[in-house]
Amino acid sequence: MSELVPEPRQKPVVPMKPMGINASLLGYIGIDTIIEQMRKKTMKTGFDFNIMVVGQSGLGKSTLVNTLFKSQVSRKSSGWNREEKIPKTVEIKAIGHVIEEGGVKMKLTVIDTPGFGDQINNENCWEPIEKYINEQYEKFLKEEVNIARKKRIPDTRVHCCLYFISPTGHSLRPLDLEFMKHLSKVVNIIPVIAKADTMTLEEKTEFKQRVRKELEVNGIEFYPQKEFDEDLEDKTENDKIRQESMPFAVVGSDKEYQVNGKRVLGRKTPWGIIEVENLSHCEFALLRDFVIRTHLQDLKEVTHNIHYETYRAKRLNDNGGLPPMTVETEENHESNL
Amino acid sequence: MSKQQPAQFTNPETPGYVGFANLPNQVHRKSVKKGFEFTLMVVGESGLGKSTLINSLFLTDLYPERIIPGAADKIERTVQIEASTVEIEERGVKLRLTVVDTPGYGDAINCRDCFKTIIAYIDEQFERYLHDESGLNRRHIIDNRVHCCFYFISPFGHGLKPLDVEFMKAIHNKVNIVPVIAKADTLSLKERERLKKRILDEIEEHGIKIYHLPDAESDEDEDFKEQTRLLKASIPFCVVGSNQLIEAKGKKVRGRLYPWGVVEVENPEHNDFLKLRTMLITHMQDLQEVTQDLHYENFRSERLKRGGRKIEDEEVNKDQILLEKEAELRRMQEMIARMQAQMQMQMQSGEGDSSAVHGHHV
Repeated sequence: MSELVPEPRQKPVVPMKPMGINASLLGYIGIDTIIEQMRKKTMKTGFDFNIMVVGQSGLGKSTLVNTLFKSQVSRKSSGWNREEKIPKTVEIKAIGHVIEEGGVKMKLTVIDTPGFGDQINNENCWEPIEKYINEQYEKFLKEEVNIARKKRIPDTRVHCCLYFISPTGHSLRPLDLEFMKHLSKVVNIIPVIAKADTMTLEEKTEFKQRVRKELEVNGIEFYPQKEFDEDLEDKTENDKIRQESMPFAVVGSDKEYQVNGKRVLGRKTPWGIIEVENLSHCEFALLRDFVIRTHLQDLKEVTHNIHYETYRAKRLNDNGGLPPMTVETEENHESNL
Repeated sequence: MSKQQPAQFTNPETPGYVGFANLPNQVHRKSVKKGFEFTLMVVGESGLGKSTLINSLFLTDLYPERIIPGAADKIERTVQIEASTVEIEERGVKLRLTVVDTPGYGDAINCRDCFKTIIAYIDEQFERYLHDESGLNRRHIIDNRVHCCFYFISPFGHGLKPLDVEFMKAIHNKVNIVPVIAKADTLSLKERERLKKRILDEIEEHGIKIYHLPDAESDEDEDFKEQTRLLKASIPFCVVGSNQLIEAKGKKVRGRLYPWGVVEVENPEHNDFLKLRTMLITHMQDLQEVTQDLHYENFRSERLKRGGRKIEDEEVNKDQILLEKEAELRRMQEMIARMQAQMQMQMQSGEGDSSAVHGHHV
């Protein structure tokens, strides 16, 4: 994008600075069409979004992701047998789908982590996850540093990590704290209270307060992080989310029932139907709006501008300020790191 | 007394009536006077609703000043045993109920040592009873043995976790295990059936011996037989606990109030709470019997096989250790003597033949 050069015949009263001063336009130029141009470009190329779900087995991770994207995108739907045993170590399973809405294509990758927190000895069970995240950064870095690099680097970096908290009603578990402490520095973590239909309204508010306090006391910065609020508008909006809504207490479901003449997603119990998208029942709608409708792009940006840059700086520093590899041709992807 | 047919014994009230049919009533009156003792252990991860369920079962508040620790505190904590005793009386029948709680179970990141404390506690109670039973004064033996263990399975999982399996395998020969799924209001009916079946399959697969209700005798009435059949079919019980009174359909019931409805604790269509309570009450005697006849006897035979009382064990061990140490001393002394002899030989041959090189194998 070239900078705007003032036309010679337009002599401003005050000397022109590169930015900061509002020049009054004498006519319509058409700068605002850039938004439309970007939109068209995005629609053509589509975009990537990688979401990771972490939590103990049975907390409804797969169902929630299916509910979020209103399609069968999780491990549960792609041939995973419910009778499967708990794996002995943490596995990383990434499943990609292309979903389309309103002409916009999204390549969605759901990264599942079966086996997390299910063993008797769960020490360091977050290490495979941290390793996976760093591997994706490494992949991206290698592509970036390439002499002849691709026009659009495939982005497999984890943009968002939903951490599922078990709704005990008491407090966080030691494993939750350890995981979030280690990983909040490398990825955007959004803590979520799973299976929230297990708590009454008072229990829910109390539990959320306690969880928020514990996260604060232990210095865990979950997304949206306070230090990355860009301006006052962001800050007020994010403060409200951080202090009141998060962590979101959600209920997921991929079954529909008839309630008051409408078909809604929900769970049927002998004492009533829990509507997933009803704000008085659970906060699923808030989570969905937050992750998809308002902060999707921001999640990607924070991942790219902050987490990835931190990783990159560390790698270059370790290498003495030099890029990690030099390649002559595009085919040579091996290197000693 | 002349030989007479028993039927010819007469009684002013009824011909042929001796009166020992009154024996159960006498036993009953004596037991009622003495009161019953029952020890119930509850094991499960934090936050599964154990305390609420116990309070609901016995309509009391066993934990009045409870402080729930935060996660950071839980990191350093080990499993503890907390026993609370409460005396409940109903229609003249006294029950001395001890509830043994196990806070800290399943909390740590590494739960490998989780159940050592619990098993040690159970063994200790057996040990104490064995000691009392073998003592001189056996009049007032206090029975603190654990009669029943409610094991709480998380309703959020897909079945048993590795920790559940390991723990149950470790204690199924020591105590009656009753698996319970608490917070059952989180599951729909279909999910409940699926989970129950899954758990039963896994229990069978791993060879875990849970407490089995005895079949009703053939001479019991049909209602009782039907009830027993229903109870047996519902294991593991899916329960919801609560002591809050909620207004539902015009009357006050114990339950939980949600925006989408009210879960009633005592409604058999909502959960198995009533079944669990019935089972516990009607089979309290049987639970105690099985503990005495099966688990305690197992423990006792194991202990006696190993050499009787603990004191004797230690003495036997000490003797053995002494013998071993003496043998080792002797061996060391022999080795030193051999080395000395060799050194002597070396020195002598070294003086005699300084140029020769001797290879010695020590």
